[in-house]
Parts: sequence; structure tokens; C-alpha cells
Amino acid sequence: MGMKGKLAITGGLLADPAGTELAPGTLLIEGDRIVATGALDVPADAEVIDAGGLIVAPGLVDLGVFRTDKPAFHFGGITRAALMPDQSSLLDDVGLINQATRSGKPDFWVHPIAAATRSLEGREMAEIGLMQRAGAKAVGTGRQWIADSGVMYRVLAYASALGLTVISHAEDAGLAGKAVATSGETATRLGLHHAPACAEAMAIARDIALVRETGAAIHFRLVTTQAGFDLIRAAKAEGLAVSCGISPAYLFLSDLAMSDFRTFARLSPPLRSEEDRQAALRAVADGTIDVITSSHDPRGPEDKRLPFADAAPGMAGAETLLALSLNLVRDGLLGMNVLMRLLAANPAKILGVEAGSFAPGHAADIIMIDPDAPWIVDSGKMAAAAGNTPFDRMPVQGRVRRIMKGGSFL
Amino acid sequence: MPQTPRAPSASSPTGLVGKENFPHKHLLAISALKPWEIRFLLDEAEHWVAVNRSSACKHDGRLAGLTQINAFFENSTRTLLSFEIAGKRLGADVVNMHAATSSVKKGETLIDTAVTLNAMRAGVIVIRHGSSGAVRLIADKVDCPVLNAGDGWHEHPTQALLDALTIRRRKGHVEGLIVTICGDVLHSRVARSNMLSLAALGAQVRVVAPPTLMPAAVECMGATPYTDFNAALDGADVVMMLRLQNERMDGAFIPSPREYHALYGLTPERLARAKPDALVMHPGPMNRGVEITSSVADHPERSAITEQVEMGVAVRMACLDVLTRSARGVEGWA
Repeated sequence: MGMKGKLAITGGLLADPAGTELAPGTLLIEGDRIVATGALDVPADAEVIDAGGLIVAPGLVDLGVFRTDKPAFHFGGITRAALMPDQSSLLDDVGLINQATRSGKPDFWVHPIAAATRSLEGREMAEIGLMQRAGAKAVGTGRQWIADSGVMYRVLAYASALGLTVISHAEDAGLAGKAVATSGETATRLGLHHAPACAEAMAIARDIALVRETGAAIHFRLVTTQAGFDLIRAAKAEGLAVSCGISPAYLFLSDLAMSDFRTFARLSPPLRSEEDRQAALRAVADGTIDVITSSHDPRGPEDKRLPFADAAPGMAGAETLLALSLNLVRDGLLGMNVLMRLLAANPAKILGVEAGSFAPGHAADIIMIDPDAPWIVDSGKMAAAAGNTPFDRMPVQGRVRRIMKGGSFL
Repeated sequence: MPQTPRAPSASSPTGLVGKENFPHKHLLAISALKPWEIRFLLDEAEHWVAVNRSSACKHDGRLAGLTQINAFFENSTRTLLSFEIAGKRLGADVVNMHAATSSVKKGETLIDTAVTLNAMRAGVIVIRHGSSGAVRLIADKVDCPVLNAGDGWHEHPTQALLDALTIRRRKGHVEGLIVTICGDVLHSRVARSNMLSLAALGAQVRVVAPPTLMPAAVECMGATPYTDFNAALDGADVVMMLRLQNERMDGAFIPSPREYHALYGLTPERLARAKPDALVMHPGPMNRGVEITSSVADHPERSAITEQVEMGVAVRMACLDVLTRSARGVEGWA
């Protein structure tokens, strides 16, 4: 990146994740870094950009995606994403981490999550330290649980010494088995292999006990049940380094969305009951949930136009992440500043990257949002590599109008 | 006696004419049917029972020239045979496709298979598949009517129809009867379709299974769950036993076949708890000595098991006839 001068973004409403409400103000950038924000005097030598009344916010940091899909990320205002280790070549090796780290540059930053164990098999530890040097920002169990508690204990202890957070998938493997749905009416009506929702709480309870023992930091990427949130709340009250995330699917859809065998609603973990969905909304409002992720996993017809149980899990979520999350603000569950904590500041903190906020010295990754702009989700016309969204045909509001990566507009 | 919903107008048996009696392109699931549509199919099947019994020569040419493809992605003997006989008696050109000998084994996707079958201009396709929802997926891709012959654990609608017909003929009605369905309800498409159809026809449906073989929230299917077989049998008019698959007997779901027999096997002593004239049914094939004792299965007055097989052909003839009426230009069905 060449030498750039000073840049002042004025005329917008600043959504500072550290703040309490939207405030008019100026964002001052020098080179690829933020210098200052607030009610500033614009320096005489600064180039001035008028935000035209839009909301100025940090670029979103998406904690846990399955594909580097730049068109979708840029549409959604996502400037960095932590890449799950579950790739066609699993991220359990230094070379692959190196490659993944470079894969988004210069206009997108990929922060790889190193596989905690070789081949994600949950047996032997992968070279976590070397992968960290190659650019890995966290350690993950992938879209599966480490069933062996001894292995998980050692992974947590080892990662902790390296200052890495362990990103865990909260589903007890024995209970979940081959289930593709949560036990309940919908699964029974459709005749789908189902597992009780407590598979999640069981996994969380064990991992919290291991965190208590090791002092490690853990992030449960997707927590989706009442019992799961209760455990996270208690662990936080105890002072453990426990955080959790969710994706909009679990906030706005219940397992009813699987009716008619809609494979776009086949997710991992599976969609839950309406009661658990309501619990998720409460957990996002009371601060139990730290992160909202798109869990972006674009899948074409070869993976989705199959019988429900044979279809791959996952949804394309990058484009709808912001617009759906804005519903939480409109419904009065969160303020815009808190939402930006969930979408940018908190995930950046978990990854240990200087981004996702307006703090001086942080990366100048900035988006400008028109929060009311209406549009309709259309699986047939998405920027993503595939249109597998369970929100197809849903009217939403909120568009990203401009996106800046490291001080340069894209 | 409980009232079941009736069609909007009820001057004639249903008050409906032609296509209004059954306005569906496919037969995919009992859950998609109204009670009077189920009764319509049963009434149609009665005709074929009479024809099948009346003469040595059972040929009826109404499906002549139509190709019926039986695409079975999962092994079957009796259902396949039943559909084949039904099609042939109606004059259709019946072709069987077995997954074991098809390109499905070579990795062709289900959608590609559907498109291929469609391109062969079948008049009707009968499909069995091991995955819930698979038959519907194919039905969405073909132009002709599709009959679900069983998809995963989801539904097996013609089995439920033949069971309802058997009960109705033996008991004179279904409404108000206590029907106890016993066995591996969790993995059973037969149980799911039967719960829906019998509840729709006004029966009181009980399901009984070890807790490990009972689906969650089964009440949503219109049935009352039991774990105690004896309690579930009290006063029953019909006892419908389900087959216990061999692969469920290995200790994961039940400790052993003999323990299953002790707790959930239908013996003459147990059957005595049901009404004295209670009917015994089984979709077959039976595990004699596991879920049912031979003396019960072969009981001349109580067992309706062979009659179920007979009703199966009649019901499938009715379904094939009704679903192809539109294509054949039958008056009122265009």
C-alpha cells in the first residue's frame, strides 16, 4: 500500500462500537489506520469525504466462514473473515494456513482458524504454534466436536499458552450422531433423523469445565439453545474467558423452516424450536451473545438439491448478515453501537486483530450503511458463490453503500 | 361417535364431482390429503376388490399404452410386486428399475435420474427411496404423476390406504375405533402414514414402542404415545404390529430380540387385553417370534394380514387409475 495522506470522513453518523449511541462526527484516517474520531476539526491537509448522512461503521469481522467469497463479503460490508478449518484441504498445516492468509489480499483479509487436531479427527494435536506463526488467529474444532475430553483438555491448555482462543462446535457427537434435525414436531413429521437440543448444552458444559481447569479462552461459534445460553451466562458471571456467537438463521428461523424438506434450511447445528429461538433473542439483548456471524457457506445444487439428509449443511449468509442483524436494532433489542460490537469489535478482539473498532491505530476498514434501504433477498441473484439462503424472498432493510479497506475505498 | 370433517357439500357420498374428489397430481404423503380424499380413494379401491375377486381374467385395459415405471432405490419384494400386478391388471406397460442395477450406483444424482425417467415419457412413476423427502424431490422434476412407495422414515401412503381399507371392510367403519400401532415407530414410514390417515378418518390412534424407538412429539401426528404395551392394548379394536428391522436389534435401540418379544411381542395372552374381536395386522414381512407370535399371526378370524396384501393390489389399482385420469382425458378430470 503506497503512502496515503490524511482522509476525513464527515457528514455521517458514527456507529462507534465503544460508544452508546449514533453521533454525528468526523473519522480521521492516516494511511491505512484510524487516527481519531468524534467532534474533530478537519485538518487543512486532509482530503474530505462526505458520508451524506449514512451510518459510518467499522467493516464487519465475520468470525467463522467456510469459504472466501469476496463478492458476497463486499456486498455485506464484511472486510475480514475468520476462515473455518473445514476446507477441501483442511487447515491443519502450515503451508495451507500461509496460503489462506494471503488468499484475500489486497481488498479482503482472511484470518485462518487453525485446525486443533490433525485432519480434524480429534485425536492428535496439529502444529498449532507453527500455524500461528503462519497467520492463524485462532484454533478451531471445525464443524464437529472433539469427543475425547483428554484431547480437548490438552488443546485448550496448549492454545492458552500461545494466547489463542479455541473456537468450539457445541454438539455432543454421541447424542447428535447422524441427526440432521432437532427433536420435535417438524423432524417427526418429516421422518428425519433427530437429536435432542440438549446435545448443545452437554458439549458446552464439558468445555466450560475444561476451561475452568486450564484457564483457556474459548469461543462457542454458534450457541442456539436456552440451556446453552444459561451455561454461557453462568460461566461469564464466574469470570471465565467464555464467549459465544450466533448466526441470524437461529435468531429469525425455527425448525419449521425445514418443512417441505427445504435443504437451504439444513444447518449445523440444526435449526431449533421456537422456544429456543426466543431464548436466542433474549440472549442477544442481554449481552450473553458476543458475536453474530454469517457462518457463510455457499453451496450449489450438487450439495443442496438432494434429499434432506444427504444435503450438505450450511447457508450462504454473508450478504444478509447486516440487513438481518439490523432487525435487532429496529426491534429495540440492541442499539446500533452494540450491534457493531457484535459484528466487528468483539470478533476482532477474539481474533486479536487491530480492527473492528474506531480505536486510534486500528485498521481503517470502514463501511457506510444506509440502514433503511429496502431490498428483497433473492437466492437466484446473489453475489455469493451460491444462493442457498433460507431467507429467500424475504424483504429486508439496510445496504452497504461504500466500503473502505485499509484506507482505500473499493 | 366423533365427527370427522366432511367435504364442503355432501349430497352424494361426497358431493364432489370428477377431479374435485382428488385434486392432486401426485400421491406423495397422507399429510397432503383431506379426510374425504382418503375416503374417495378407499371407495375407488372397493371397486377393484370386487373386480379382483370376481373372475379369473382380471384384465382391465384402461391404462393401455401408458408406461408405468417402478423406480425402487431401496429393496422391496411385496410392495414392488403389488404395484407391478396393479399396473398390469390395468393394462399399463410396467417397467421395473432397481437401484442395484441402475446408474444410481455409478454416482448419478437423483435429479439426473428423475430427468432421465421423465425423458422416457413415463405415464406414471412409482418411487421408493431410502431418504425422507426424496420422492417429492423427484416429483418436482417430472411431468407425470408420481406415487410414493415409501421414502425413508417419512411416509408410505399406499400402505396406510390399504390398512384403512382392510379395517373399514372388516369393521364396517374406521371412525371411533381404537387402533394400537406397536413397534419401531421411530424408523417407520408405515407408522407415520397410518397415524395420519387413521386420525383423519376419526380413529383413536395409540402408538406403543420402547422409548428408544418412539419419535419426539409424536402427538403432533394425532396419536397418543404409550410405553406399556398392555396398557396400550386395553380395549383396542385393531392391533397393528410393525416390523422390527434386524439392524435395530443389536443393542443400540433394544437389548435383544428376546427381550423385545417379552415386552412388546404380540402373544395370545396379550391380545386378550384387546376387544374380543380385535383385528391383528402387520405390514410384513413378519419376524415371527419377535414382534408377533405365529398363533396370533395365523389366527383365522383375528388376523387380517393376508387380506392386507389383497387390499394392497386394489388400493394401488385405484391410485394408478385416479392419478392418470387427467392424462387419459377422463371426463371431469381434465
